This record gives sequence, structure tokens and C-alpha cells, in this order.
Amino acid sequence: MSVFYLVAFLSIFFALMTIFTKNPVHSVLYLVITFFTLSIHYILLNAQFLAVVNFIVYMGAIMVLFLFVLMLLNLNAETEPMKSNLVKIMGAVAGMCLIATLLGAFRVIEPSNIIVQGDADVGLVKNLGKVLFNEFLLPFEISSILLLTAMIGAVLLAKKEDRKA
Amino acid sequence: MEDIVTQIQGIPLDHYIIFCSIIFAIGVTGVLIRRNVIIIMMSIELMLNSVNLLLAAFSAFRGDASGQVFVFFVMALAAAEVAVGLAIIIMVYRNNKSVDVESLSKLRW
Repeated sequence: MSVFYLVAFLSIFFALMTIFTKNPVHSVLYLVITFFTLSIHYILLNAQFLAVVNFIVYMGAIMVLFLFVLMLLNLNAETEPMKSNLVKIMGAVAGMCLIATLLGAFRVIEPSNIIVQGDADVGLVKNLGKVLFNEFLLPFEISSILLLTAMIGAVLLAKKEDRKA
Repeated sequence: MEDIVTQIQGIPLDHYIIFCSIIFAIGVTGVLIRRNVIIIMMSIELMLNSVNLLLAAFSAFRGDASGQVFVFFVMALAAAEVAVGLAIIIMVYRNNKSVDVESLSKLRW
């Protein structure tokens, strides 16, 4: 039980470090650690398939893509554009206002902590695969078209134009 | 496996909601206070992940697999979004020699 609170604290700490570090490369590395702690959260929720997918897709693919682009563009702390302190303080105050609003809204809601214990092994690959390939077969196939479109779009956008129009 | 299930039951659902909204608000703050486009996209990833975790938490508490399938689709969507977004950033950097959002305020250069 206390594992959740420890990992939640670590997630919040590293998320804060992500947005407040000046060096973009350090920022990416802190975000990787944040995603790792979120993977631990998935394991605590007994959603093992999501934990593995989060680990492989987010930490392995997406964050490495971010890191590649940062190093390709040769960005570091010296070239980092920073906002003025006034705008930073206003942004932080706006974020805290959002938290305050959300927490106030949650206080009004009657807290219903009833756990509907259906199937405890709902997050295992076997059960999730059954649901994915029965009820959600059409969205699954459409998402493959989405990924293909994104791939073609990314290649077209990032390709160097030979002649200037 | 059983002790994991009892571990979930020890934590009220409210704490998951509060935790995920804090992470979401951190993502919003990151969008507001940074000027680097790549960091802004990373903050958006942070927001997406907080929502994913909340969906998984609801799914685990209700014993319904649909939420976790939805998280899977959100992850596929995020991968596509990042690929296209980073391609656009590289294209802008090639033309503009900057990743500052303020330099993108006019849509032609």
C-alpha cells in the first residue's frame, strides 16, 4: 500500500524536474524516469500488458525518438530559449489554479470507494487479447491505417526538398 | 498475484484521481512556462500518460477490460502524433534555425 505513495511521490518529483530543468537532454532523461515510475504504477494495478507496452513503446521508442531529435538539432542549455520570470511565475500560478480547481471539484463528488471486483486478472495479455480481438477488432485495424498514415506523413515532411519552390 | 490484488484494494480510487490530476497539471504548467517546442511536446506526452494511468486505474477498479484497451489505442495514437510532430519540428528547424515557439508566431517566413 505504501509502495503506491512512494512511487507517486517519485513520479511527481521527476515530472517537476522534467519541466523545470534548463537542459533539454536532462529533461528527456527525467521524462524517461517519470514514465518508468508510471510503468510501476501499471504493475501495481495488475495491468501487466500495459506496463510492458508502456515500457517498450514509450520509454523505448518515443523517448529515444525525442532524444535523437534533440541531439540531431544539437540543442543544449546554451541555446535553450527561456521565458521571462514573470511569464514563468504566471504559468506556475495557472497550473496551481488548475490543481486547486480540480481538487475542489473532487471534494464535492461523493467519494465512492466501492471496488467492483470483477475479474482480477483483467490486465493480463490473455484476457486483454480476447477483448481486443473480439469487441475492438475494427478500431484495432483502423489504428494500423493511422500508424501507416503517420509514417508516410513523417517521411514526407522530414524529407529534404531538393529544389526550392 | 493475490497480494497485488489486495494491494490495489488498500488504495482508494480518489488517490489515483488526485495523483493523475497533479501529473496533468504539471504537464499544463510545462506547456505554459517553456518556449522550446520539443519540451512542449514532452509536456503533452506527460498529460497523455496521466490520463492513461487514470483509465487503467478505473479499469482495474471496475474489473472491466475496455479501459485498458482504450489505453492501448491512446498509446498508438501518441506514437503517431510524436512521429508527425517531430517531423514538423525538424522541418521548421531547417527553415528557421530555431525551436522557439515565439519564432513560429507568423506562419510564413
